[in-house]
Amino acid sequence: MAAIPSTTLGAKLPPIGQLGPFIALLIACVAFGFTTDQFFSGENFSLILQQVTVVGVIAIGQTLIILTAGIDLSCGMIMALGSIVMTKLAADMGLPAPLAILAGIAVTAGFGLINGLLVTRIKLPPFIVTLGTFNIAFAITQLYSGAQTVTEVPPMMTWFGSTFALGGTNIAYGTILMILLYLGVWFWLRETGAGRHVYAVGNNPEATRLVGIPPERVLLGVYVLAGVFYGIASLMSVARTGVGDPNAGQTENLDAITAVVLGGTSLFGGRGMILGSLVGAIVVGVLRNGLTLMGVSSVYQVLITGILVIVAVTVDQLSRKGGR
Amino acid sequence: MLKLTLAAALTSAALAAQFPAHAAEPVIGLITKTETNPFFVKMKEGASAEAKAKGAKLLSGAGKADGDNAGQVAAMENMIAAGAKTILITPSDAKAIIPAIKKAQEKGVMVIALDSPTDPQSATDALFATDNYQAGVLIGQYAKAAMAGKPVKIATLDLFPGHPVGAQRHNGFLQGFGLKSNDAKNNELARPAEVVCMADSFGDRAKGQTAMENCLQKNPDINLVYTINEPAAAGAFNALQKSGKDKNVMIVSVDGGCDGIKDVAGGKIAATSQQYPLKMAAMGVAAGVDYATTGKKVSGYTDTGVTLIAAKPVDGVESKDTKVGTELCWGKK
Repeated sequence: MAAIPSTTLGAKLPPIGQLGPFIALLIACVAFGFTTDQFFSGENFSLILQQVTVVGVIAIGQTLIILTAGIDLSCGMIMALGSIVMTKLAADMGLPAPLAILAGIAVTAGFGLINGLLVTRIKLPPFIVTLGTFNIAFAITQLYSGAQTVTEVPPMMTWFGSTFALGGTNIAYGTILMILLYLGVWFWLRETGAGRHVYAVGNNPEATRLVGIPPERVLLGVYVLAGVFYGIASLMSVARTGVGDPNAGQTENLDAITAVVLGGTSLFGGRGMILGSLVGAIVVGVLRNGLTLMGVSSVYQVLITGILVIVAVTVDQLSRKGGR
Repeated sequence: MLKLTLAAALTSAALAAQFPAHAAEPVIGLITKTETNPFFVKMKEGASAEAKAKGAKLLSGAGKADGDNAGQVAAMENMIAAGAKTILITPSDAKAIIPAIKKAQEKGVMVIALDSPTDPQSATDALFATDNYQAGVLIGQYAKAAMAGKPVKIATLDLFPGHPVGAQRHNGFLQGFGLKSNDAKNNELARPAEVVCMADSFGDRAKGQTAMENCLQKNPDINLVYTINEPAAAGAFNALQKSGKDKNVMIVSVDGGCDGIKDVAGGKIAATSQQYPLKMAAMGVAAGVDYATTGKKVSGYTDTGVTLIAAKPVDGVESKDTKVGTELCWGKK
């Protein structure tokens, strides 16, 4: 390959684009470590991980969809629906917890299927589709729950919220699950054909079709798989709060998209790092936790998050221009 | 002869058009912040019942979410076009709704704010609301008596910056406790030294839990928690329970919803100020019917009342027990 003169800033950026989220996290942690006494402790870190678990798991699904140059605005509402379905089936109908959980995940995967079919068969833009299903999922959740929180939740459903001791710190099982899911999807995206097809479709759907892989099939699979992750997030939400809350999930869609963007995945599809989304979610949690410890108003958390999003998207844009 | 008959026929037709066969029922519009918050559901029920009793027609609408001003403006315009002469509204955005209210008033529509005021309060013809400051004062007084002179480390789980109701309850609580606070007109949250942590809960269970967890990390000795409403309190209790601190920390709240009263009975919340959305709505409908039939507008601020509900009464502070709280609560019992 001929040497490309690196005269543009963009040409120098790709490695930073990958490392960016980790660097941001590091800077935030060091800053808070210096300005507060309580930030740097195993207990505090474990807490932050628990606080970002629901958004973190939703962000896995969101990352997959964004990799295909799509977007999902309905993810939070689907998660809330899943948590209501799970808890109401167990509380009202006495369904055994494992079955209720599976039913909840089936419902969220079903919504993912609806999103995918509308995108692939009717060829509607994902933004529009998920804007619609966002409203539909919300309405169904409110109607089915009667706007009532479900409080009689079987212990098995909250198990992921419980903790075990690791070297003096309490780690929640849900945190471990989230990390394992991220590692699993990371492996799948890198090492398997199906995973690489996700990137291919986001990059160039027509080229994918020309090599014999129908992009519609990949897209449909991605939306259904995302739905499954939303269902797992439903369980994480129930595990954390101990209830089925019909008012949950209202801001999770933007929180998940923020995590994905901060993590370096491009909104234009075809490139990004799944582990970056985990880092992105953690950065938001670190900001919220650190600023509370400093006694700073939460308005500044929102401000800083907004600035970071612009920086992340700018880095992505510049590194695209720099060529690959 | 024909001309006279024609004139008589036309005149009586004109007169008949003025006085239709049945008196037109008063049309009243109710616009809440959201469709789904049980507080507003109860308000709608109260309004419907009163409308039915008084022979009025109730139109109802809401924004999509807390803060959706555009949705409320659209609902108002549609209701006025449908003939509503009185609009009852719980404003999502106290300032942004004012132009729409002015337009309505220019058309002769009476606009009454329910539950939270517009900014300025005088922009609406009247306000039927909880005195949210007083609601805060009551739980502050209860907390002071219950803490019995122990040194306090207070955490406040507020709504979000800039919301008048959040500020009033917060500042009222501090005032009731006897600490340096702001008055009822001030939208800024007071922060005396005893308040060691202030965090936003958005009135949400999960976010309330996160806020409490972060506050406990900051200051593990927090022994008193003020919460903006009962879902935030439930989240705070969860966080305290997970750290094993639930027995030593007192939580107070505002709202008086049935779920919240259950939490008071269950020992999760020590005391809560109960408010009466049903009463606000019924009063609003009654005022609307009055206006439609007599042309008299209602004005000023009417306090729809707040009651302190506590499982364990304390000396010097009047409160009612959870049995009363349950009878009067809003939401599903």
